[in-house]
Amino acid sequence: MKLFQRLVPWILLAIALFILPAALDDFRLNLFGRYFALSITALAIDLIWGYTGLLSLGQGIFFALGGYAVAMNLMLNTKSLAGGNGIPKFFENYGVAQLPFFWQPFWSPVFSLIALWVIPAAVAGVVGWLIFRNRIKGVYFSIITQAALMVFFHFFNGQQKLFDGTNGLKTSTTELFGQLVGSPEMQVWFYRLTVVLLPLAFLVCRYFTSGRFGDALIAIRDDESRLRFAGFNPVPFKTMVFLVAGALCGISGALYTVQSGIVSPQYMSISFSIEMVIWVAVGGRGSLVGPIIGAVVVNYLRSLVSEALPEAWLFVQGALFIFVVVLMPDGIYGWITKGGLTTFLAAFGIAKKSKTYPQLDKEVIPVD
Amino acid sequence: MTEPLLELNDVSVSFDGFYALTDLNLKLYKGELKSIIGPNGAGKTTFLDVITGKVRPSKGTVTFKGKSLLGVSEQQISRSGIGRKFQTPRVFENLSVLRNLELSASPDKNAFSLLGSKLPQSSKDEVHRIMNYVGLTPFANVKAGSLSHGQKQWLAIASLVAQSPEVLLLDEPVAGLTDEETLRTSELIKSLAGDHTVVVIEHDMEFIRDLGFDVTVLHQGQVLTEGPLEKVKSDPRVIEVYLGPPEQ
Repeated sequence: MKLFQRLVPWILLAIALFILPAALDDFRLNLFGRYFALSITALAIDLIWGYTGLLSLGQGIFFALGGYAVAMNLMLNTKSLAGGNGIPKFFENYGVAQLPFFWQPFWSPVFSLIALWVIPAAVAGVVGWLIFRNRIKGVYFSIITQAALMVFFHFFNGQQKLFDGTNGLKTSTTELFGQLVGSPEMQVWFYRLTVVLLPLAFLVCRYFTSGRFGDALIAIRDDESRLRFAGFNPVPFKTMVFLVAGALCGISGALYTVQSGIVSPQYMSISFSIEMVIWVAVGGRGSLVGPIIGAVVVNYLRSLVSEALPEAWLFVQGALFIFVVVLMPDGIYGWITKGGLTTFLAAFGIAKKSKTYPQLDKEVIPVD
Repeated sequence: MTEPLLELNDVSVSFDGFYALTDLNLKLYKGELKSIIGPNGAGKTTFLDVITGKVRPSKGTVTFKGKSLLGVSEQQISRSGIGRKFQTPRVFENLSVLRNLELSASPDKNAFSLLGSKLPQSSKDEVHRIMNYVGLTPFANVKAGSLSHGQKQWLAIASLVAQSPEVLLLDEPVAGLTDEETLRTSELIKSLAGDHTVVVIEHDMEFIRDLGFDVTVLHQGQVLTEGPLEKVKSDPRVIEVYLGPPEQ
């Protein structure tokens, strides 16, 4: 049994790498690639929210920054998309003759590969440090991150001359290694890349949440000021995880962009960042497996519902969120691992009463 | 005893015009053991808030080892050797008892060293010794949130001891404990005497008597009187404060 448990991650990885590509058609496989890319964002949110208690409603910023970084590089290096003066054609629509200065370094693929996670990480680090050192916590933190998201959204949305504004940057028609990024062959490679990077993101999150550093994160979530009286300064801990989460969201956004074929300011819409939080809540926060389950399940459901009843998805999503918050507070994963059926039945008052008073030394989880 | 270890000079704290402490003067010498009593609202907890950096006094100075504590952050005050146990037991509910103690006992307090290094063996041994002393060893891997009130109190005290501060400030360490537990707590506190400076705030007079420390009575944010418990108890002013003025 122990051996089996140790093999589970490898079995899942093998299924994702070999069985899914064989079993699914190109379209479905691409969808799963996107779900796995979004799972990395879910992991990042779990790191800061599930473990550290920082409910960020602005992860879309970092997600979109990663997406823009990769899209800018692809646009620049595609000859067929270039206009008269060798820069992407859309600039001509707005009468821009010269490439904006900050586009310049994105000619380099190496720079872009680094920028797609370093830029979001740097933004997260600076924003996070300013917020945390001023002891802004709880709801105020959520509001500020959402406000920051709106600032970024309006900046990217309004600047046609810099980012093609609300149209976004289309990557599906760009070329990489002489092939169309949107072609099925390339998409399979992006799928494989995502499947490899997701476990790595998982390991990064596990590195930060296990051991003494992880204990300190949980302590921050439980009682931050008490931790100060124990001699710890919570600011570096919070800044560090927020920075790491920003980097992970950037990577996730880049992978999602190349697989969905476009990056647009819609990635920084308020609703999308809230959806990210919903994936984590549905999957189960405070565990690292939960968010992956949540991101895949919710997004798969979204695809299925959208195909059958296009208008119904938002209602279903809302209902799902309420259902989970009320009846499965630990999410799907927590429900499975913590004997959730009892809690579930207890909510309706039909759970079996335990015969004895719960005893501490047997570690019985009391039914609330 | 020349230089006091901790000194409060003319400290006043006002919350929107209400004075929780008024011109409080208090000296604490190295190795001194002190109990502080006083009716509700006398400013006992505010007194600890001022020392530990939670509340900034509106007037006066607080010095520890000759250095001012005003404007110093809570974590720096804690690192410099002042530890505090809160009135209600505050423990990290989602960490196990062992993890709670290990976090407090950690000699490195910065983020990078927590990420990279392991807890030194000497700290681990110390944690086990303390955990054994307060009888929480059977619960080492139980989440602190599922402990009983008394056990949480002990975990809070044990965490403080694991932090090994020079000055221990204990705010109501035996509130809600059984007689037996109270007795054991007083033994624990007495065992700390010697190389530690201890301040205990309590309402339980039996406990104060058992500790045998000198008593300081706070009233309306000031020191009313000081001395051994028996002397303080017979002081008419103390009786008046606790029981109201004698009938005419």
